[in-house]
Amino acid sequence: MISDLVLQMTSVAIMLGLAILAIVLSRSKLATPVIYGATLVVSAAGLIGAIGFLLGDSSSSDLTLPIGLPWLGAHFRLDALASFFLIIVNLGGASASLYGLGYGRHEPTPFRVLPFFPAFLAGMTLVVLADDAFSYLLCWEFMSLVSWALVMTHHRAAGNARAGYIYLLMASFGTLALLLAFGLLAGPAGNYAFSAIRAAQHTPYVAALVLVLMLLGAGSKAGLVPLHVWLPLAHPAAPSHVSALMSGVMTKVAIYGFVRVVFDLLGPPTWQGSVVVLFLGSITAVMGILHAMMEKDLKRLLAYSTIENVGIIFVGLGLALAFKSNAMPAAAALAMTAALFHVLNHSIFKSLLFFGSGAILTATGERDMEHLGGLIRGMPLTAFTFLVGCMAISALPPLNGFVSEWLIFQAILLSPDVPSWGIKLIVPAVGVMLALSAALAAACFVKAFGVSFLGRPRTTVAAGAKEVDRWSLAAMFILAGLCLLIGIIPAPIIDALAPVVNTLVAEHMPLQFANRWLSIVPIAESRSSYNGLLVFLFITVSTLAAIEVIHRFASRAVRRGPAWDCGFPDQSPATQYTAGGFAQPIRRVFSPLFDAREDVVMPAPGDTAAARLTVRLRDLTWEMLYAPVGGAIWFAAEKLSYLQFLTIRKYLSLVFALLVILLFFLMLVMLVWS
Amino acid sequence: MVLILDLITQGAQMMLVLILAPLLLGYTRKLKARLLRRQGPPVLQPYRDLLRLIRKEAVLAENASWLFRSGPYLIFAATWVAAALVPTFAVQLQFSWTADLIALTALIGSSRFFLALVGMDVGTSFGGIGSSREMMFASLAEPAMIMIVFTLALLAGSTQLSVIAEFMQAHTSLRVSLGLALIALVIVALAENARIPIDNPATHLELTMVHEAMVLEYSARHLAVLEFAAALKLLLYLSLIACIFMPWGLALAGGGLEAYAIGLVSYLGKLAVGGFLLALFETSIAKMRVFRVPDFLGIALMLGLLGMLLLFVSRSF
Repeated sequence: MISDLVLQMTSVAIMLGLAILAIVLSRSKLATPVIYGATLVVSAAGLIGAIGFLLGDSSSSDLTLPIGLPWLGAHFRLDALASFFLIIVNLGGASASLYGLGYGRHEPTPFRVLPFFPAFLAGMTLVVLADDAFSYLLCWEFMSLVSWALVMTHHRAAGNARAGYIYLLMASFGTLALLLAFGLLAGPAGNYAFSAIRAAQHTPYVAALVLVLMLLGAGSKAGLVPLHVWLPLAHPAAPSHVSALMSGVMTKVAIYGFVRVVFDLLGPPTWQGSVVVLFLGSITAVMGILHAMMEKDLKRLLAYSTIENVGIIFVGLGLALAFKSNAMPAAAALAMTAALFHVLNHSIFKSLLFFGSGAILTATGERDMEHLGGLIRGMPLTAFTFLVGCMAISALPPLNGFVSEWLIFQAILLSPDVPSWGIKLIVPAVGVMLALSAALAAACFVKAFGVSFLGRPRTTVAAGAKEVDRWSLAAMFILAGLCLLIGIIPAPIIDALAPVVNTLVAEHMPLQFANRWLSIVPIAESRSSYNGLLVFLFITVSTLAAIEVIHRFASRAVRRGPAWDCGFPDQSPATQYTAGGFAQPIRRVFSPLFDAREDVVMPAPGDTAAARLTVRLRDLTWEMLYAPVGGAIWFAAEKLSYLQFLTIRKYLSLVFALLVILLFFLMLVMLVWS
Repeated sequence: MVLILDLITQGAQMMLVLILAPLLLGYTRKLKARLLRRQGPPVLQPYRDLLRLIRKEAVLAENASWLFRSGPYLIFAATWVAAALVPTFAVQLQFSWTADLIALTALIGSSRFFLALVGMDVGTSFGGIGSSREMMFASLAEPAMIMIVFTLALLAGSTQLSVIAEFMQAHTSLRVSLGLALIALVIVALAENARIPIDNPATHLELTMVHEAMVLEYSARHLAVLEFAAALKLLLYLSLIACIFMPWGLALAGGGLEAYAIGLVSYLGKLAVGGFLLALFETSIAKMRVFRVPDFLGIALMLGLLGMLLLFVSRSF
């Protein structure tokens, strides 16, 4: 209905108004609670509106505003797909605002965050609503620029300026790719409205080129390897609730762009395209999580893990593309549902984990895990929610991350029926990469939680950490509750996704809500089923039964004593395993992928100096792709700098020579032509 | 009425795995000792150990957190639920559709996740080394397990363990992919249960230990529960191998008491054979260096992938 679209547009307008209000209020103490409170209310309203739309009739509605290009106007449209991503944006926005009510008070320079925060939310909403290429690109650029401003909040901190610069470069590159993609889609006639693009027939070459350009454009924003290099720099640089929005929500908006163009606008796909998507997706998943495993900065670890999850989502999208191109709509619906479900799940637990890292930052001022440890004792509530997030992102039942990964595995198991050989050969490899990334994710988050929250405090700040404020805790508990709730009752989410999936692959998964005990059954019960509710109940009941039996019939006596540690307890917390030490076995197993070098310098016998272990890791995409490109640009710039300081006479003669050469060339062309 | 009977059968299976798990451990230990020409502890020794441990006063490290105290119970519960979902004497029990083989693998993953975490809780170097190595092994063993699941699922057209077992019972033919899957599953089972050549369940105070290092700080009832969970996990993997690769005698859905009795006897026979083979294997091989283990597990991963690839090419392999 049109009223839903009007509601969303109104919320955008209010958000933009709030951005201006924030500038006006910039030096006032009231600014932080007013702005975050208002964004919380507006996002919550948008969230309820989007959910109502998706669960209601979800018939699309359009709106054309007389702004933008005079012959085009600005088209906006709300349909099932847009409303699903609006749920993601608004859920992220609402939880980040709630968190910001507490976290924002510790911000030393609130006037650098407050105007951009609502504008960022407005930008993301507009990208999802845009219905013509021009307003889409405009909103996309707005979103990029505003998020860049947020990345630069603490621009004096070491490395942040470089992060912002690289982000800006990669964002411009991505927009360039999108510009070309939309140019190709609009064709020579130049009709930029999505409805016209959807109706047009695209030749296979154009379709293939658009797919590649979308992978470059949307993929660079989402963090697809090898375009991911900016992401682990920029996401952690922003304040934590903005990091949560960038990782949890903005990457999803990029994925929305990919889905919108490739599944909705582009027409029937070819299977070759899906091979590329599957390949990139699986490489992204494994490389992302391996780099996360090696990281000792908590926020960078989370950013790398975002790359992994984007890879998983792209694997799901690639499978959907493969099935769709081979006319297997039911399987395509399963893969698409899995991918979109993972979009929702990742936005929830990644926001939760970034909030947790922000809470640690508030309590200790540290992001480096080697300076943390033992926080579970000072911050038990944060520790609990962070643990739930870690379990969910490691795809452990009965939490939500497992459900979407399980659905993707089920989709993989359908792919031997695909007739195309290319897909048959790549899918087993994709399966093993996905399984590997899931297992590595568990290792990575054992490390993240174990090193920061467990063990003994490694520094005095970690020892003195106190629980954070109630607003932040409320946001974290709501998201942790959602992780559990969606994990044990996933059926309503799958059913709610049905209209979205229907518009994309012309089929949807069987409705799940009527299954007995709320199981999920993707195809048939004899084939596969999973029931998170029962798994949760069984585990809870058997845990309680075990505790009850042992406490009642045996002993519940407890004595506290010094740690045993095989009889050699060492008082120094430096004897604990560190983040680097924890990752060492996996680093050795996968060392060629990082070109890892370990050098041990042993002092000579009799020398009492300490031995030193130096570890060097390299991001090979940086070395092999970006460094040569950067080098070439530098080389060309140096050579051309000769042209910079010439006399005016030389410039004039250069221009004259160039004109003569051009005319000569033109003459040659004319001769050959005739 | 039918529902109540089904519930009773499911409950019986839950209790059966609980009762059998320490027995299997004691039996394997006894066999290993006899193979080494030692007398060995009595077969019932694990029960006595568990009973003695749960009666004792628990000693906690001064800085142990709530996770340290609740972790063992969660690990135990997750392992127990997983073990109870593997068909032992009968297939298609009331709740067998709760979790398929992928979910089962992930459930074991959940218990391992907590085990690795509680190993790091007190902040000793032994706990860290155990957790770190356990997760390294798991990062290869779990994908290998998923590949095995895929191989079986492609053959049987289902990831439900009961359906797979029924399929294997109905189609007893030699297949290349099944052979590969069996070898891979045995390797994974050895790694998951910290058996030789991956880890030595009888060792203590050795820098190479993995599982024992993680539970080093535990005492009394917490230790008992963790040991119980380890025993359940061993039983789980033997039951898994038995129900997939030796499905003979499994009672079908609604089989009646007679079928259940046959199923139970054959299940005990399979466990006896499995335990014997395990003891024989463990006494005839030496433990590996830690960084040989990834190669060993890599074999499992490659075999699993190969089996799956063969089935992607043709279902007849």
